[in-house]
Amino acid sequence: MSRIQAYSREFMHCMGIPGHMPLPMTEYSIEDLKGMARKLRRHVITMISTAGSGHPGGSLSAADIITALYFRVMRHDPKNPRWPDRDRFILSKGHAAPILYAALAECGYFPLEWLTTLRKTGTCLQGHTDSTLTPGVDMSAGSLGQGLSVGIGMALAARLDKKEYRTYVMLGDGECQEGQVWEAAMFAPNYKLDNLTAIVDFNGLQLDGPTSKIMDLEPFVDKWRSFKWEALVIDGHDMQQIVDALQKSAQVKGRPVVIVARTVKGRGVSFMENNVDYHGKAPGKSETETALKELA
Amino acid sequence: MTDYAELTTREAFGKILTELGGQDSRVVVLDADLSRSTMTKYFAQAHPQRFIQCGLAEQNMISIAAGLATCGKIPFASTFAVFASSRCFDQVRMCVAQPKTNVKVVSTHGGITVGEDGSSHQAIEDIALYCSLPNFNIVVPADSIETVEAIKAAASTEGPFYVRLGRSKTPVVYTSGCSFKLGRADTLREGNDAAIIAIGIMVYKALEASELLEKSGVSCRVINMSSIKPADRQAIEAAAAETGAIVTAEEHLLHGGLGSIVAQVLASRSPAPLASLGIKDTYCKSGKPDELLEANGLTVGDIVDAVKSVLARKR
Repeated sequence: MSRIQAYSREFMHCMGIPGHMPLPMTEYSIEDLKGMARKLRRHVITMISTAGSGHPGGSLSAADIITALYFRVMRHDPKNPRWPDRDRFILSKGHAAPILYAALAECGYFPLEWLTTLRKTGTCLQGHTDSTLTPGVDMSAGSLGQGLSVGIGMALAARLDKKEYRTYVMLGDGECQEGQVWEAAMFAPNYKLDNLTAIVDFNGLQLDGPTSKIMDLEPFVDKWRSFKWEALVIDGHDMQQIVDALQKSAQVKGRPVVIVARTVKGRGVSFMENNVDYHGKAPGKSETETALKELA
Repeated sequence: MTDYAELTTREAFGKILTELGGQDSRVVVLDADLSRSTMTKYFAQAHPQRFIQCGLAEQNMISIAAGLATCGKIPFASTFAVFASSRCFDQVRMCVAQPKTNVKVVSTHGGITVGEDGSSHQAIEDIALYCSLPNFNIVVPADSIETVEAIKAAASTEGPFYVRLGRSKTPVVYTSGCSFKLGRADTLREGNDAAIIAIGIMVYKALEASELLEKSGVSCRVINMSSIKPADRQAIEAAAAETGAIVTAEEHLLHGGLGSIVAQVLASRSPAPLASLGIKDTYCKSGKPDELLEANGLTVGDIVDAVKSVLARKR
């Protein structure tokens, strides 16, 4: 059996059985979540290092938020990725795919062994997210600026079907330079989509440098508020704040919520933190060892 | 009952969409401030809960449609062909073509017969753009009757669709009904001297040309290639093998559309003299539809001349 065939067999297995009800989720404490976030960060380093390419900076800045979503906040079922009532998550900043894959694997959507196949020929874990290949990924991404619109479609579908699920979309701050983000930002409050939460992983850096220099987004929170969003500003590495904000977002009625999470690009690895070079560069062998030690 | 023969293709689209919406609650419709022109207004009136007005934001519209599709809806996103293609091409590529979401993009005002509005509104590249996308089914109906069948097929067939309609009233080709089948060309008239392969408004003109040619003793096959992707390669090969001379006609640029597809099939499988009618690597101007067709070599007379030219090249 070829590697591709082996992966696709596992893929079919992991797509689950329709109609299956979710298993009750273990309640992760804040401390548990912090531990899981550290674990996911280690996966990210190992994955990108093994692949020899990828985007560590934006994966690490998003790690705590993704952990809170997958291990505490979202209702989802790893054994049934297409459960119709599941909460939806779209990683609009698709280059942070490694952190999402790490979370999905730890949840049990697919075997942990898949993680080190990242970016390799025949893998189900593509360089940027691909909904046709990865169990638990609802929409392909990678060309920035589109995920919030997709999330609006999912939120509209929930309303039409009178379903309770919530849609979460994570964007990068640099990504918010894309015009389509603001088309979506205009749309969601007009349709009073209170089943939609946007989360901006505001790490302040993009490929070419600081967002403030490349194309300043400020006053960023005011922009969302002027578009009639409920805006929450948090420390995107404070697990309690993240969980509280995500849960609070589900309580807001009559309009969508954006959580602007102030984060540090490369968070958790000293030499990657706030270092624009690690937007899209894999760590070498000794750097990987250092990073994994720091994250131990 | 609606008499679709009396309608423009876009009116027929609006009516059948409304009917389908009544039969299947999964059908939702999105428009970008053109519902009174694309005729999705009928759906909006009948099924207001499932009509999603996006305002002037085509990129957002396409991605929203994709999100709806992932949740089991059958979204029809509609706007003018220029905006439905180039304006939101990356969104179509990323959110529809690559992930194979069940989105139906139905454009109206395709081609140069949009007329007086000028080049900004004359879609002449849309078929080429959509043909370049893997996973897409592309249909250019010949008249309002075939439009109805194409829209039904799009609604009932899983996967991305692009259906291109026009603005003006077009003569009816399918006076006695139409059995549209995706991937199958429809031979409207048999003939052995040459074959005219056409799409959209050029199909009726091809039939007219074939009648004129008949009078001068030329027996012309006429093929409606409305299902342009997947294309019916067998029909093209058979036409080449059996008639030995091919003419294509489309209200679109010469490159990237019907002419290119037919040329590829001929070159690789069944060489035959080919003449392609279409817009020649240029943008067009404001004017009356018929004047524009004449200026761009897309009249019945041009088809007749093209057939004569390929006949002269036959061995």
